[in-house]
Amino acid sequence: MNEQTAPTTILAQGLCRDFGNRAAVYDVNLELRSGEVLGFLGPNGAGKTTTMRMLTGNLAPSAGSVAICGIDMMDRPRDAKARIGYLPEMPPLYRELRVDEYLLLAAKLHRVACASLCPSLVKAKQRCGLNGVGRQLIGSLSKGYQQRVGIAQAIIHNPDVIILDEPTAGLDPNQMREIRALIRELGAEHSVILCTHILPEVEAVCDRVQIMHRGRMVFNDSIDGLKQKQTSLEEVFAKLTLGEESAGEIQAQ
Amino acid sequence: MIFTIARKELKTLFASSLAWTLLALVQLVLGWVFMGRLDAFLEIQSQLVQIANPPGVTEIIVAPVFAMAAAVLLMATPLLTMRLIAEERRNHTMTLLTSAPISITDIVLGKFFGLMIFFCSVILLVMVLSLSLLMGGTLDAGLLLSNAAGLLLICACFAALGLYISSLTDQPAVAAAGTLGALLGLWVMDIAVDDGGSIMRTLSLLKHYESFNRGLIDTFDLAYFSLFILTFLVLAIRRLDGERLRG
Repeated sequence: MNEQTAPTTILAQGLCRDFGNRAAVYDVNLELRSGEVLGFLGPNGAGKTTTMRMLTGNLAPSAGSVAICGIDMMDRPRDAKARIGYLPEMPPLYRELRVDEYLLLAAKLHRVACASLCPSLVKAKQRCGLNGVGRQLIGSLSKGYQQRVGIAQAIIHNPDVIILDEPTAGLDPNQMREIRALIRELGAEHSVILCTHILPEVEAVCDRVQIMHRGRMVFNDSIDGLKQKQTSLEEVFAKLTLGEESAGEIQAQ
Repeated sequence: MIFTIARKELKTLFASSLAWTLLALVQLVLGWVFMGRLDAFLEIQSQLVQIANPPGVTEIIVAPVFAMAAAVLLMATPLLTMRLIAEERRNHTMTLLTSAPISITDIVLGKFFGLMIFFCSVILLVMVLSLSLLMGGTLDAGLLLSNAAGLLLICACFAALGLYISSLTDQPAVAAAGTLGALLGLWVMDIAVDDGGSIMRTLSLLKHYESFNRGLIDTFDLAYFSLFILTFLVLAIRRLDGERLRG
């Protein structure tokens, strides 16, 4: 991975977000290059989802800036959003639509040209293993397949940045392995932010790890760097986030 | 983009049984009223020929059916508008729209026009019902069209207000109850006051529809309806835009 030459896809500087008097996210910096998979960790309520929402333009930061491929989210939100694929924690699925209908809708909403709608659909379905279920209603699919539809929705417009919030939640071990393989594959040509609680998943898939705790970024290192120091991710995570649990942080999300 | 969202709204609406049930029930009620008026007309027909310049079949049958249609659609609107935003929030599908590279204005207008296309299908059915009278007589085309235009405009008002109230909450039932309350309030607000020039009467929604119902297209009514629609659409857009800031 030639990290020095690859273009920067996400640049977030000094992100802050207050809800009332409480700071949910404080001074978060994040930089991601093309072809990089970033593992985004933190205990519940650390401000991960809030940060994701700011990165995807769903929430305005109280301070700081987000730029996607050099396009400022504040100045040109539509151009910036067109380059992001986002799978929120709760997949935004219309249960009454068929898989094909839904994915085509997602593609159209993300400004995929009419001529390339069909190839995009075929490619997204093939990547997420949805080939047999195109005509099924989303509501009738199992949780694992619904999750795959959610991922397909995030990648159908071939975005530069893919943000996945707990994509393997509720999947069986086989499906998890498939999804991880898919994320690695996606990471080869896009940049991916993977938000998860499963530490082995991060060690298996990601190039770099950032840990958030109580709204602040407390750790930022590459997986290779961790290996050189001969510490496991679990140790680091426990050291940084355990011991000072207090009730206040639980509301932060 | 507006068209894409409108199509999506129609698709999800007709995929559920709600749209079909509503269409069937509205048609049943209006068919019943239509039959009742037709009966009444046939009974008094012999007396009508004796008076000079008698009211025609359009005035006696079609206009009351359209008046009833407005009342029935007022009841049906909350069920339709609660889906538009409140239910999308509840099902977490709103994120798909707000993360996509489209403006809030596109989202709101798309949802509004999607619902209006549904209302158009209801109005079309009422028109067909009225046109069936052509088998036994003639219709006053001007009165029929003015009724249809009035119904379209008042439906647009219902939709705009319902859309705004739907944007205030993430609970569909609350959105429906709020919309029904607001619409009923606007409907009956002129009942309490007697004098004709009162502000209450000016603001009442159905008062403005009544002139269309009589075949009178007044620019004041047109302005009232346009302002009403515009105001609530802008409020809905502002509300959804503000959500990004408030969180």
